[in-house]
Amino acid sequence: MSVTAEGRTGSWRRWRATRAARSVGPTERIVRSLLALAAVVPTAALAFLAYEIVRSAYPAIVFNGWHFFTTKTFTLGNLYGGSLEVHHGYKAPHGAAYGVLPLLVGTLLSSFIALLVAVPVAVGGVIVLVEKLPERLQGPLGVFLELLAGVPSVIFGLWGVYAFGPLVSRTVFRWIAALHIPWLSGEIPARQGLLTASLVLAVMIIPIIASITRELVRSVPAISKEGAVALGLTHSETIRTVTLPFIRTGLIAASILGLARALGETIAVLIISGNALNTYPRNIFAPFSSMASTIAAILDGALTDSTKMAVHSLAEVGLVLLVVTLAANLGGRALANRFSPVGLPVGRGV
Amino acid sequence: MRRRRWKDRVFWGGCTLALALIIAPAISVLVSVFHQAAPAMSWSLITHRTNAGGIENAILGTLLLLLGVLIVAGSIGVGAGIYLAEFASGRTERILRFYSEVLAGSPSIIIGYVGYVTLVVGFHWGFSLLAAVIALSTLVVPYIVKTTEVALRQLPTYLREGAAGLGMRETTILWRILLPPALPGIVSGLIVALAISTGELAPLLYTAGFSDSNPSLHLFHQAVPYLTNVTYTDLALPGAQAHATAAAAGAFSLILLIVLIGIGRLLSRRARMATRQMTL
Repeated sequence: MSVTAEGRTGSWRRWRATRAARSVGPTERIVRSLLALAAVVPTAALAFLAYEIVRSAYPAIVFNGWHFFTTKTFTLGNLYGGSLEVHHGYKAPHGAAYGVLPLLVGTLLSSFIALLVAVPVAVGGVIVLVEKLPERLQGPLGVFLELLAGVPSVIFGLWGVYAFGPLVSRTVFRWIAALHIPWLSGEIPARQGLLTASLVLAVMIIPIIASITRELVRSVPAISKEGAVALGLTHSETIRTVTLPFIRTGLIAASILGLARALGETIAVLIISGNALNTYPRNIFAPFSSMASTIAAILDGALTDSTKMAVHSLAEVGLVLLVVTLAANLGGRALANRFSPVGLPVGRGV
Repeated sequence: MRRRRWKDRVFWGGCTLALALIIAPAISVLVSVFHQAAPAMSWSLITHRTNAGGIENAILGTLLLLLGVLIVAGSIGVGAGIYLAEFASGRTERILRFYSEVLAGSPSIIIGYVGYVTLVVGFHWGFSLLAAVIALSTLVVPYIVKTTEVALRQLPTYLREGAAGLGMRETTILWRILLPPALPGIVSGLIVALAISTGELAPLLYTAGFSDSNPSLHLFHQAVPYLTNVTYTDLALPGAQAHATAAAAGAFSLILLIVLIGIGRLLSRRARMATRQMTL
């Protein structure tokens, strides 16, 4: 189910304008302020999250400086050695290095490959669903979208390792390697790696993109499509020349929202990525790490660092992740609010 | 003309393939999880705890977390939704709604990290029920806000005008006139929130912890076991039996999810019918 916020009508404005004239006793005041308090909570929670991440990352920001974005390794250093390194008044264990670059590359790369696969699949599937299939089939087939949107990411991890991963490393690998494109071939891969993780991410973001696209395709006015058909265009030409241009902006917003979900995905990537720290993926089948999965994987060990710099540095990774996902989210929503006829659903598009 | 007809066929062939690529993974996920879980499916699975090869404590813990989310996220989310639909206006309304939607898009591991740093360590709560419930609620509250707001907004304005014309107070209008027809919509939003909570792991990993004993109602200092954690940890263990248990825990969360989706669909259909009857 996707929910949209439609504009207020004239009768609503009249109703709001008479608010002062309505009877308001002490009960009404209390109820109103309690409700207002609740309404502030989500916004306050977001502000609190951002504040706490910045506060927790601050020592790491000072300690790491710009090296954070150029260092290729993320190691906690010798936690039991006793000797410390000091930068700008902050201490870290000897040999520790905190660099976000491979993680950032891993996150962006896996998310963009996922988007590249998910957008055509979601759009194509929705077009045939809305335009060709009878309405009584559309509801039941929509269940699959809801199901995909709801499946826990740990289950996608399970599926990725045992069912989908072997398929990728056996069959899909052979197809792609047959093309002999440098970055797209290599030794026979394990079950875990960049391509498997990206394809699973694609499956995870398809429901978001598809559910928005479904509303968009339904919102195309019939009269423009009829016009195209009257001019002698075939059904597919009508879709390419009328429907797709009409929904273009909404589609971009939907893709950005899907991208934001892929960027922040933690557990599925943690299970399927193969967790290769400190390296860039050599080819599309190689293991890698993302920012979110690394936070989940290393936080346990980082807690044993008595200087706390490992935990602070993970917060800095989290800060970069938060900035990237929020930028995608804000951008997509602002675009949709301004140009799209259909509102965006919240979060996963359930 | 023949070339155009061919292009048409290729286009629809591609689109049908895309639809198949959406449906196939959904079916494959269900089949593979239940297939792998089959060896572990027995009564002892739900009568024994995780230290004895079962998942009893994890099932109870997940249900307890859902109850907590229903109370915390439910009250805040429904209240916020009512305020946005009925009372807020202008810039306040736009800002509060916008950032609530943005919150839903923030990565869940960030919520887990901040929950750990502030609640578990900062407030000395330890791995605890309350920390887990707050972390989960932060994640799902925007869904409840949105569905509540939409459910109320769909009600025609003349309903409110008529009630006010009869001299009803604002709270009475809300309780007696607006909430009853909006209820199915609101409840389906709560169900979406529960469905998401069932499957989350990242916010819980460092707030709920895990324990082999059954969960208790203590809010602090008692770790809570839950299903997704069993799937995650047993998956990393060696041996076919651990993997079967992992899949079984996954299968239970999927069953819970399917039940919730079913109830949600039933309710949202009822909600649509209720508003259709009311529209003149």
